[in-house]
Amino acid sequence: MTYVIEGSTGPWEIVVGLEVHCQVVSNSKLFSGASTTFGNEANSNVSLVDAAMPGMLPVINEECVRQAVKTGLGLKAKINKESVFSRKNYFYADLPQGYQISQFDKPIVGKGTIILDMPDGSTKSVGIERLHLEQDAGKSMHDQDPKYSHIDLNRSGVALMEIVSDPDIRSPEEAGAYLTKLRAIVRYLGTCDGNMNEGSMRCDANVSVRRPGEPFGTRCEIKNVNSIRFVMQAIEIEAKRQVEVIEGGGEIIQQTRLFDQRLGETRAMRSKEMAHDYRYFPDPDLLPLVFDDAFVSEIEKTLPELPDEKKARFMRENGLSAYDAGVLVAEKEKADYYEVVAKGRDGKLAANWVITNLFGALNKAEVGIADSPVSAENLGKLIDLISNDTISGRIAKDVFEIMIETGGDPEKIVEEKGLKQITDTGAIESAIDEVIAANPDKVQEIRDGKEKMLGWFVGQVMKGTGGKANPGMVNKLLRDKILG
Amino acid sequence: MTDLTKLTLAEARDGLAKGDYTSVELTEAHLKSMDAHRNLNAYITETPEKAIEMAKASDAKRAKGEAGKMEGLPIAVKDLFCTEGVQTTAASHILEGFKPEYESTVTSKLFDNGAVMLGKANLDEFAMGSSNTSSYYGNVINPWKDKTGKDLVPGGSSGGSAAAVAANMALAATGTDTGGSIRQPASYCGIVGMKPTYGRCSRWGIVAFASSLDQAGPMTKTVRDAAIMLGSMAGHDAKDSTSAPMAVPDFEAALSGDIRGMKIGIPKEYRVDGMPEEISKLWDEGVAMLRDAGAEVVDVTLPHTKYALGTYYIVAPAEASSNLARYDGLRYGQRVMDEGDSLDDMYMKSRAAGFGKEVQRRIMIGTYVLSAGYYDAYYNKALKVRRRIYEDFATAFGTVDAILAPTAPSAAFAIGENEGDPVKMYLNDVFTVPASLAGLPGLSLPTGLSSEGLPLGLQLIGKPFDEETVLRVGGVLESAANFTAKPAGQEG
Amino acid sequence: MSSLDKETVRRIAHLSRINVSEEGLSELAGDLTRILDFVEELQEVDVEGCEPLTSVADLTLPLRKDEVTDGNIQQKVLSNAPMTDAGCFVVPKVVE
Repeated sequence: MTYVIEGSTGPWEIVVGLEVHCQVVSNSKLFSGASTTFGNEANSNVSLVDAAMPGMLPVINEECVRQAVKTGLGLKAKINKESVFSRKNYFYADLPQGYQISQFDKPIVGKGTIILDMPDGSTKSVGIERLHLEQDAGKSMHDQDPKYSHIDLNRSGVALMEIVSDPDIRSPEEAGAYLTKLRAIVRYLGTCDGNMNEGSMRCDANVSVRRPGEPFGTRCEIKNVNSIRFVMQAIEIEAKRQVEVIEGGGEIIQQTRLFDQRLGETRAMRSKEMAHDYRYFPDPDLLPLVFDDAFVSEIEKTLPELPDEKKARFMRENGLSAYDAGVLVAEKEKADYYEVVAKGRDGKLAANWVITNLFGALNKAEVGIADSPVSAENLGKLIDLISNDTISGRIAKDVFEIMIETGGDPEKIVEEKGLKQITDTGAIESAIDEVIAANPDKVQEIRDGKEKMLGWFVGQVMKGTGGKANPGMVNKLLRDKILG
Repeated sequence: MTDLTKLTLAEARDGLAKGDYTSVELTEAHLKSMDAHRNLNAYITETPEKAIEMAKASDAKRAKGEAGKMEGLPIAVKDLFCTEGVQTTAASHILEGFKPEYESTVTSKLFDNGAVMLGKANLDEFAMGSSNTSSYYGNVINPWKDKTGKDLVPGGSSGGSAAAVAANMALAATGTDTGGSIRQPASYCGIVGMKPTYGRCSRWGIVAFASSLDQAGPMTKTVRDAAIMLGSMAGHDAKDSTSAPMAVPDFEAALSGDIRGMKIGIPKEYRVDGMPEEISKLWDEGVAMLRDAGAEVVDVTLPHTKYALGTYYIVAPAEASSNLARYDGLRYGQRVMDEGDSLDDMYMKSRAAGFGKEVQRRIMIGTYVLSAGYYDAYYNKALKVRRRIYEDFATAFGTVDAILAPTAPSAAFAIGENEGDPVKMYLNDVFTVPASLAGLPGLSLPTGLSSEGLPLGLQLIGKPFDEETVLRVGGVLESAANFTAKPAGQEG
Repeated sequence: MSSLDKETVRRIAHLSRINVSEEGLSELAGDLTRILDFVEELQEVDVEGCEPLTSVADLTLPLRKDEVTDGNIQQKVLSNAPMTDAGCFVVPKVVE
């Protein structure tokens, strides 16, 4: 299924590459011993190094190196045992050194791959060009004063991993799937918390359009979009803008643009108008970052099972569809929840309950899996009640509703509300007899060959028993009585 | 009582140990000398109260039997070292009034070892210069005079440090050397200056000029003094990623006076066209002295020497252009901002007003050689030539223990000379820059006088982290040369 | 021989964030051209197969433990600032 933009002159394909900045999980900053905690008083998590005082020098945090390598391994990427830190030179109020220490031509991680799980259950592979370590900038605040901006350097020097994709993405949905997957991977790894709304994961999107099969067009970079949904929107809006410009006889100018989610448009950034020339060169305060195979294999040993492997296992061991398995592994917490529910039970039934009922209810209530009122243990018990014929699937849905409301134990709910399934043949037979007696004409229709009518009888009997009759028994007994 | 300011560091150390005088007396004598020589403008900031306080504390420490290696010895600190609570300017207007909240590693070590700070010595702005005429706080005047009596430059960039030591305004001084900034002024002022191996002294807390070249070192009256002081400045520092994790040897113990059987290399490429006869002669005399002391003198070749200056004047400005980006009027230092100015206006005005001409030139050259389209032709090319220069030395040190060469192509020149043409000024660094590019230890010591009666220095260059050999050979050369001349007014 | 024109110097001056007057540009163009001429001789050096030398330190990067050892010195961070407010550095309004 190819995504195209239908222009007035024909179809256009979009080409997207994403640059994602992930804040590395670490206690202290990339090159200083100041804390990385969020939300402290302005300029309190700042060392003299972060404030770029004269003569201050950077010393690298080994944990940030480890986290970058770990992420690289998670992206099945090439780990570069020798990498180099370079200075990216530009002036900005929240960049105290006048340069950002980053990696340029020798990043710590090289080429890798991300497998996207698309909504239709298909997969697509997107190349990772590189991952490198760099310093975050401070924060400029513009609304404190009409004439001045305020600068807080608490974030200045916090480690970021910049993960750059190849321009393999061809639709907003793929961009969304890429970000979802990347976020899942870093969260599984514990290398970044992935919270886009708090800025610990930020995305720049390079967007261009072209006629299918033709070379890449000129791209525009949309900076700092802070949710997956907005990235998808921004890409679509930007691509459409580009099509309009080209079809209107214009030309795309390579530039940096901002996405305004309120107005639903992208616009060129004013501060980026003056052409940049970053003058990258190896940072003479630092030496090449070199480690050996043992360093990498130590990290490799700590890798958890990642989404792709987990997905494959769920499909293989639990017989799940690619789609269901993909949904379950999208977040580690979801997969963990599912595994508790599925343990010792029918994996497919468990997946149905978790995905359809639980996720449906959580989405409606806008709560995450961590805050689910229904514990995995209780959902497991509910499934047990179905499997051992204590309640019917229909009753189970009612019980689940109550569990969502109250967080209660399903066994107790069934007990208290008297929802146990009727499996007593006599009781079911008498209910059947009642229905048969009241509908002789319909009985005749069935006997004349209209077997479909049986379903109607089942429904009536269930209704007559308040849904508690065992539907299998009802079916069999009805058949015996009418057709037997 | 002898004039305490005429003592060497070693003599003063021993005198203090014997109880001949106190640190307070020693310090007061130097403060008095500073008063008397204020015309030389060797200090940007004098810290007499702090000095007395430190001297008192030192005397008390000594009384408790806790004397350090530099205990009670008053020194000048080049105003490129950040000193806690004491204005640190790098001789630039842009840092006027800046009071660091921290102490550089090197000064911390010196103070921990008991040294007393007399003040912050003048220098070329951001250590960029060879004449100490680019300081915002005025020129430093060399205590030596030629026959015309004109004011001469002390050399640079550590010109204030060199003048202070030569005029007995400090027993010793810290310097920093990026392309010759310790050795060249030492030569011009008739004192000893040592640039140790890159990585020997921590750069933490020293205002950076060119990070891959900057090294702190001692500027002293004798080779022994240099050995003593270097021992207190050197050592691994985890706060500087380029600091070498090596033990500090007992440098003073290296002064055995015995260089018999050592091989001393004479690089033929240093005998440049137009080298003044007196420099050439000085060098030859030095060769003879070492040979007489039992060393074997051999010719070596350093084929890429002639490209060292060009390499240096690309690499150093490139690093400087980036290192000096932090002086933006935002977090410290001078800010120029008028009503309605944008952030860029503030940057551009503050930096235009805050940096002097030479600093501006170097920032811009550095910016240019790193900019898109020129990086490979200039910066990267220079780094490759730098490797050639480095390899030249490595090859030479495969056969020799140390190299002997002149420190500078001339004696001190008059203030105002060589101005107006930046390149002409750069030529003063021709003999010091190669060792800087290769990160090697270099020691300059005075061995003779020019026809004008001005001191001339020779330079010894050693293998990486072999300061001991350099000092040992330097000690022998010092004895043989027996250079006793002093600037007018400072004689014996 | 490279020669810098005024426009190039203007661009470099802006990249360096140094205000230079019109007259200053011409003078700088001369000075900088002179310096570039001086370093031009490097072009004749054969550097075939030569790796750029970025540091003479024969070491690799030392790694530091991930511990919080610094910070909480707001007063020291701000003490030299020309203008502060509410614990922040203050600059002319930045437009994005």
